[in-house]
Amino acid sequence: MSSIVDARGLSCPQPVILTMNEIKKVQKGEIIVLVDTDTSKENVSRAAISQGWTIKEVVPEGIGYKITITKD
Amino acid sequence: MSRKVFSFFATRWGIITVGAIIGVLAPVLQKLGNPPNMGICVACFERDIAGALGLHRAAVVQYMRPEIIGFVLGSMIAAYIFKEFRARAGSAPIVRFILGVFAMIGGLVFLGCPWRAALRLAGGDGNAIFGLLGLIVGIWIGTLFLKNGYNLGRSQPTYTTVGWLMPLTMLGFLVLMLIFPQITGQEKNGVFFYSIKGPGSMHAPLIVSLIIGLFIGFLAQRSRFCTMGAIRDFILFRQAHLLLGFISLIIFAFLTNLVLGQFNPGFDKQPVAHTMSLWNFGGMLLSGFAFALAGGCPGRQLFLAGEGDGDAAVFVFGMIVGAGIAHNFGLASSPEGVGPYGIPAVITGILVCLFIGFTMRRQLS
Repeated sequence: MSSIVDARGLSCPQPVILTMNEIKKVQKGEIIVLVDTDTSKENVSRAAISQGWTIKEVVPEGIGYKITITKD
Repeated sequence: MSRKVFSFFATRWGIITVGAIIGVLAPVLQKLGNPPNMGICVACFERDIAGALGLHRAAVVQYMRPEIIGFVLGSMIAAYIFKEFRARAGSAPIVRFILGVFAMIGGLVFLGCPWRAALRLAGGDGNAIFGLLGLIVGIWIGTLFLKNGYNLGRSQPTYTTVGWLMPLTMLGFLVLMLIFPQITGQEKNGVFFYSIKGPGSMHAPLIVSLIIGLFIGFLAQRSRFCTMGAIRDFILFRQAHLLLGFISLIIFAFLTNLVLGQFNPGFDKQPVAHTMSLWNFGGMLLSGFAFALAGGCPGRQLFLAGEGDGDAAVFVFGMIVGAGIAHNFGLASSPEGVGPYGIPAVITGILVCLFIGFTMRRQLS
């Protein structure tokens, strides 16, 4: 069961803050992050990697992206 | 997977390269005619644009700066080529406007923005140290609010037209500039005011400024270069990505200044600067605070406006109007020191930012 972070429409650095908060909360597993700009896609991915998470999948969704990050 | 997520410009070397390119080009623009330690200054150039439009009548700072036009249009070109143009708006535009106004007022008390603070330092102006310290403290205060739930709410996807209005405005300025070019010794041509003396009279050739502006706009859109984000991300997340770009800019601007003979270390008699350290610090503290609350440095706001962000466009207009206010009502500094109302304006601005920061907190689910 993955949790979902909806960061669409939010300016920097909110998408990263929300993702980091969720990472702290769940510690491991799978998180889906929804973003609407390429900047947010990069920033969220960079932040996840820095926390030892893996980018499992990035797929276009709507006008933005659905990023799936995982940690065992 | 990481290859797919990150283009070259989003990598560490990408941002360092962009910082280096800006760091070289800014002193070159100075060599070609732009004011000293002001090869590129987003706040100063928007202030000059306000002067060109007659929003203030400070005779020495009136010029329709092609670099700013280039920043927006270059970013737009990059956004379209890489399919990143997304018209969006509706995230507290009035708040962004007010933050833009006070970011500019703070910048004009210091006499620069983060870009120029870096270039002043790289040119040997020691007063910039106080400005940069103020910038860091202002951004740090902003991060405290960000940590405690401050946000401006979500923007919404909207009509493409909304995203086009700022680039079209800039295109309109460019067309008008070609119709009404500067005439030597004349302070007005058609709809634009020009400076006969002072920083506003100093500029690289139009075509050079425009091409370099377009080039930087393009690169900055690709790399997400942001001088405020550089400091903010390091404070908030210990993330040094953008900071590497900012440091690269300073180092390369310093080296280029050395090569071009533009490095003059000292505090006194620095060009377009004053030595009132407390208010160099205070002005940039206000600016940094406002940029942090608005989510981007003045350059970044231009690049965002170029890729369709209508809220960033409102911030830019706030800065241009803020320049009019600053010069019309004696808030802006001069090389002699702060203006008659500069200090109360900085204090008011900080109070306004605190009010916005404390009252706009909501948990985003």
